Order: sequence, then structure tokens, then C-alpha cells
Amino acid sequence: MDKLLKKNEFYLGLILFALILFLSVSSDQFLTPGNLLELFTSYSFLGIMSAGMLIVLISGGLDLSFTAIATISQYAMATIIINHGGNIFTAFLIGSSVGLGLGLVNALLIHFIKAHPMIITIATLNVFNGLLMFFSKGKWIYNFPMWFSEPHDIMIFENAQGDIFPITLPLFLFIVVFIIVGIFLKHTMLGRKIYAFGGNREATRRLGFNTLGLTLFIYGFMGLLAGFGSVSQALIIQTVAPNAIVGKELDVIAAVVLGGASLAGGTGTILGTFMGVALVAIISNAVILLGIPSYWYQIFLGAIIVVSVSVTALNHRKNLKKEAEIDVA
Amino acid sequence: MKNDPLSLIYTQRRGVMQQEKFLEMKNINKRYGGVHALKNVDFSLDRGEVHCLVGENGSGKSTLIKVISGVETPSPDSRITIKGEILKGLTPIQSVEKGIQVIYQDLSLFPNLSVSENVSISDYHAGNLRFIKRKDMKKKALETMRKIDVSIDPDKLVRELPIAQKQVVAIVRALATDAELLIMDEPTASLSKHEIDELLKLIKTLQKNGITIVFVSHKLDEITSISDKVTVLRDGVKIGTYDAAELDDKKIAYLMTGEEFENEKGKVKKEFENKILEIDGLGRKRNYRDISFSLHKGEILGITGLIGSGRTELALTLFGMNRQDSGSIKLNGTEVSFKSNFDAIQAGIAYVPEDRLSEGLILPQPISNNIVLGILDKLVNRANILNMSNKEEIAAKWIKNIGVKTSNPENAVDTLSGGNQQKVVVSKWLATNPDVLILDNPTVGVDIAAKHGIYKIMREFTKKNLGIILISDEVAEVYQNSDRILIMSKGRIVEEVYPCEITEKELNEKILRGDINGQTA
Repeated sequence: MDKLLKKNEFYLGLILFALILFLSVSSDQFLTPGNLLELFTSYSFLGIMSAGMLIVLISGGLDLSFTAIATISQYAMATIIINHGGNIFTAFLIGSSVGLGLGLVNALLIHFIKAHPMIITIATLNVFNGLLMFFSKGKWIYNFPMWFSEPHDIMIFENAQGDIFPITLPLFLFIVVFIIVGIFLKHTMLGRKIYAFGGNREATRRLGFNTLGLTLFIYGFMGLLAGFGSVSQALIIQTVAPNAIVGKELDVIAAVVLGGASLAGGTGTILGTFMGVALVAIISNAVILLGIPSYWYQIFLGAIIVVSVSVTALNHRKNLKKEAEIDVA
Repeated sequence: MKNDPLSLIYTQRRGVMQQEKFLEMKNINKRYGGVHALKNVDFSLDRGEVHCLVGENGSGKSTLIKVISGVETPSPDSRITIKGEILKGLTPIQSVEKGIQVIYQDLSLFPNLSVSENVSISDYHAGNLRFIKRKDMKKKALETMRKIDVSIDPDKLVRELPIAQKQVVAIVRALATDAELLIMDEPTASLSKHEIDELLKLIKTLQKNGITIVFVSHKLDEITSISDKVTVLRDGVKIGTYDAAELDDKKIAYLMTGEEFENEKGKVKKEFENKILEIDGLGRKRNYRDISFSLHKGEILGITGLIGSGRTELALTLFGMNRQDSGSIKLNGTEVSFKSNFDAIQAGIAYVPEDRLSEGLILPQPISNNIVLGILDKLVNRANILNMSNKEEIAAKWIKNIGVKTSNPENAVDTLSGGNQQKVVVSKWLATNPDVLILDNPTVGVDIAAKHGIYKIMREFTKKNLGIILISDEVAEVYQNSDRILIMSKGRIVEEVYPCEITEKELNEKILRGDINGQTA
């Protein structure tokens, strides 16, 4: 029990539970399978990217350029499948490869320049964005091939009234990515090395772990997931626009930090990140369902981040105080 | 066998190998550019001995350790023999394979991982996508801990452990990787007296298990109580290797620095007249209670006691950072009530914290900036802009007076050795021209020469009527430097003694007794 109370996931779970309870009372549309499936499908892209961001934050790094990477990957994928054909697998392959390539560029710059990853990725964000505008001329893309535009459902449920509830491919991929990243972080040697890297960089180096390899993996995987997710996103909205994703960096980082990952590195879990994404998704849904002006979404999100960070900081301070206690005779 | 280094060594000890030297280094030379860091140093270790390495900062201790661990390669005429095998161009990996493990002062642990994961972390070299085996890691940690008779919950995060237990985890990790030679770089620097005793006991256990230990330390009582041999380095030259029994404080200080130091313990009880600080019935819940004492102008008042005696908490109250629940503080005859340390500084109280790195200095900033930090408001002109030449002048004055060893006051503080960094902190506070200076363990991790430098500064300033409260774990330090000593235990003052009236041994006994009395009271 003591251990449970220390866990960030526990408090996050409480907040989520309260929010869900409140919403199911105040809106009869919220707790319906249709609403929830649609909500999580539309947040699958943000979710997939936050899995990548979780790994970056655990390693003690930061990436602000992944939205530009996602957009470039989307453009590359769309241009190629429209002009040269392909299928759903090649679409994902192209998106992921371009994302991986750009992520590796980040990794190399971060490893060899040794500047803070925030600075490097702000720079690459601008470069990637600029190049995208140059090559795409800012044009939107709509004319996807038929095979790309038709619905991609993995499973379809039907209730007694004949309403259908599809598990879409993007939602399915979101879940698969979370399971894989979860197992990877908790149980594989590479996953544990990333925690070690974020916990004490110098000690990782002294142990002789390959820090270049680690950096390449961390930012490469972030890029790969951004590219992969962007294809999934294109499946949902069927358009590619140059400014649709850029600007969402902070939403992703907020979701991951809400989920208990620290910007100082070394901590964070996939379960927490899932809850963080769920919280962000549900708040945005609540704003719509309750008919509240949309700027309240931002205010709520900001307030929740402040509260969550304060709870962590308070706990930390409480622990410090404990050490200073003396049993006065 | 491979997983069981200790039994392996047991069998070796029983056999002929016991006579063999574990390590023999001949004619070690190492240059960094123009600096000759090690000059023709010979160094050897017998199996199972505890060998202490002493020397001032920059004497070549760290370089020697780096050569043994393969991090630095010495010049080609150097010869290194480990377990009878001559090794040309020793690499870090070879060094580890030969059973050499270095425990750095920062311990190199991963605070966010569990104890068992820290112990087994080097197993992760085996691959990337392989699955880890938590059960095996836990077993390994528990087994290794059992061998040296320690127990720490293997599931706890290292972050949650006190520093002394972190040290144990670092040792356990080294042993779990089949270590035969353990090199510890100032392992006691951040431990309390009680924790040091525990560590020394542990080192004895390791020695019984056949582990060879190299121990870097500045503290004489440790050196003499634990080590078999002592090697002294000065400016990259080996002064000699001595039996620990033939050394004492003065001799080691002399060998390290080539200078003689005087102990200026007062033989007669000095009389002081003017009280600066009068504390009456001070108490704070869960920190201390019934604290009454006074401090006079020009007096050095020592406060000692075991860890958890409430000394630091009391000091923080005097510095306005830990408000008392009851009692009064009078400064120069008038009662004061500090709302924050800013008030305390304004009133003339200065506090040099124990942790100079995180609380005393801005490491990447120049020495001069650090020195004037407390008096910036006095350095501005009418337009509120800093007067740079004034700043440089003041900084230069302090560097000269206090004896900070640096070629350029504009160098960053983190380029200085621990002792010189501490002098910068002391200068910073003395520059505020305080009436009362509180020093909290001022010589932790400071080498002997710098230590005596700091003692000298203290004595000089008491002549200018400064009152000093010297808080220290090191009994010798309080005994040698104080005019009067308060022994604290469990948040109370249990005894007041005058060093001129008792011996150091008696003081030590009183401190221990104070602790027992405190517990039964």
C-alpha cells in the first residue's frame, strides 16, 4: 500500500476515474462505446508519438522536431503512393523509413555536437519545416488512391440495435505500439540501458555501454514512430497538410509528463503515458460534449499539469524533510 | 566458479598463490601535454592487503588509479604486471577482466534503478533485445550481500537509500563482477563518523575474504586504523611506501606537502569578555531542544556529536533558515528574529554549508564572481551597475589573503581543487564582514595542506574579533581548533568541555557516552 501511494500512476488513475465518473453523470454520450472508440482512434496518432517521446524523456533527452519529421514522412508517403502506387504496407514502410532517417540525423547531431538536445531539435525542427515548405510548396494532398481511402477496420462489433463499432487500424496500431514499447522498456536489456542512461549518463559511459548506439536508437525510434504514426493519421483524416501536425509537440510532451515521466530523465512508464494520453483525450472530449468554449481545454490541461507537477514536487520535499528529522531525547 | 569470486580467492589463498603480488608497477610515467603527472612511480600490491594512497590534489593519485584501471595508458617504458602477467597497453576491459574495480567518489550508481539492477547492470553488456531476468539479478544481489554480511532490500531504488548504503551497493556491485582488487576513491568523504566506522568494518571483512584494497583518504585516523601500507605521492613523484604503524598526522602532512604544520591547540583556558551571540532555551520540534549557550568575540566554539545530533539543524536556525519553536537568540545584546537567511546575513551571520558543491558555490562561474557574491550590493555605483575594477580588486585581495591557489581569478571555480574551492566559499562569507561565522564540516574532502590553511584563516580572523562556530564530525578537528566544545546528542547539548583540560581520547569517549546517555534519557 505504501508503495502504491508513492506511485504516480495511482494518483493519475484517481483523477481519471473522477473525471470519467463526472462525465458519465453529466453527459449521456460520454460513456458509450461509439464515443470512446472514436475518441481513442482520433488520439491514436498523439499516442503513438508519445510512446516515442517517453523513451526520449527516460533517456534524459528531448525532441521538439518530431512533428516536422511526421509531416515530412506523411508527404513522402503520400507523394510516392499517389505517383507510384503501393499498398498499405508500403505506405507504412515509407513513412517509417523517412521518419527513422530524420531521427538518426537528430541522434548524430546530438551525440557529436554534445549541445542540449532541446537546442539541436529546435534547430532541426526549423530546418525540416523549411525544407518541407520548399519541396511541398505548402500544397495540401487529398487525392489518395482508393485502397488508401477505404476504411481499414480490424474488427467490427455490432450491438442488438444494429449499431456498428469498428476497431480501426490506427487504434489497433496505437495499442500494439504501446504493448511493444511497454515490454521493451520493462524487460529488454536495451530498454533498461535507456533508463540507466537517463539516470546517470557518466556512469553509463564508464560502464562501457555504447552511448552513440543508445542515442541513435532513442532518436531514431522517435523518428520512426513519428513517421509510422503520421501514416496512421493520414488514414484517419485523408488529407496531408503542411501545418496540421507542427505545433502539437507540447501536447505530446504534456501527455508524457502528465504520465509521470520526468524531464530530468530516468523515470516514466508506459502505463503512466497511456493514462496521460487518456487524460488529454478525455479533457478535450469533455469540452466538446459539455459545450464549453474550446479555450477551456487549454486552461484545464495547463492547470492539471501544474497540479500534477506540484504533487510530485511536494512528495519530493516531504522526503527531504524526513531525512532531517531527529528523535530528540 | 565464475559467479563466485570469493570462494575462488579462498582457494587461491590456501595455495601457493598467496605469496604472489597482485599488482606490480615499475617506472610508471605519464605526461599530459607539458605536465608530468607521474614520474618514475613504482607501486605494488600484495594480495589481500589494504593499501592507502595519500597525496594532495594534483599529486598524481587519480592518474595512478586511472593507469591501474586502464583508462590512461602510461608511456612505453612503464611496466605493469598483474597476477604475474606482464600487460602491455592495459585497456579498461582487460583491467576489469583481471578483477580490478574502481569505486569513484560519485559511486557511479543509477539512482532510478533498483539495488539489484545496479548490482547486475554490467550483465547488460550481453545484448540489447535479450530479456532481463529480474529473479536472477535479485538472487545475485542477495548472495553477494550475504557474503560480506550486509543486507539492503534489493528491490529498493538506489535513490531512496542513504549515502552510506549507496556506498555499500557500489561495493556489492564491484564484488558481483568478480573483483579481486577494489580501488576506492575517498569513500568516506561524505559519510558521518558512525557510517565511516561501519565502512571500515566492511573493508576488514573484504580483506578477510582475500580482496585487495586501495583506499584514498585524507583522514588520518582512518588511514592508520585500516591500512597495512601507505604510499605517499607528491607532485607526481612517489615519496615512499610506509607501514601504517610508523606514521602519524604530522608525519603524513609533512610527507605530503614537504612543509611542517603546527598544531595550535591552546594550552591555557582563554578568557573572553564580549558576548556576541546568546542562545537561550532554543527548541524546535523534531530537531533539537533546550539549547542554551553563548559565543564570544574572538572565540572558536566547537560543536560536535554523532550524526543526527541536531547540529546542522541548529546552525540553520541561527542562519535564519530553520525557525525555532521556542527560545530566543540575542545578537550583540539585542534579541533577533530572522524571517529568512537574508535577515541573518544582514545582521552579520555567515554560514558555510557542509555541501559546498551544491550549496556554497556557482561552479561554472569565475572565482572572482563567487567571492563577491555576498557583497554585490556594495559593489554597485549610483546607476546600480557593477563596478568591475572594484570587484576584481576585492577578489584579488581575498585570493591573496586566504591563499587560493589559482593562476587566474577569472577561471571557473570548478577548475579548483576541493580545498581551494572551500577557501573560496570561506572568502565569500568573510567578505560580508560577519560577526559570527558558522562552519559546517569545513574540511570534508579537503586535503591536509588546505585543511591547515583553513584552520589558519580561522585563527587569524578570531584575532579580528570574529566569533566562529565550528561544527564537525572530525573529533581531532574540533579538539585542535576550538577554545570550547559543546557535545550534542539527540538534539540536546549534553556536555561542555575545554580542550585544554582533556585529551582527545577523553573527548572521543565523552562523545560516545553522550550518545548513550542521550538514548537512555
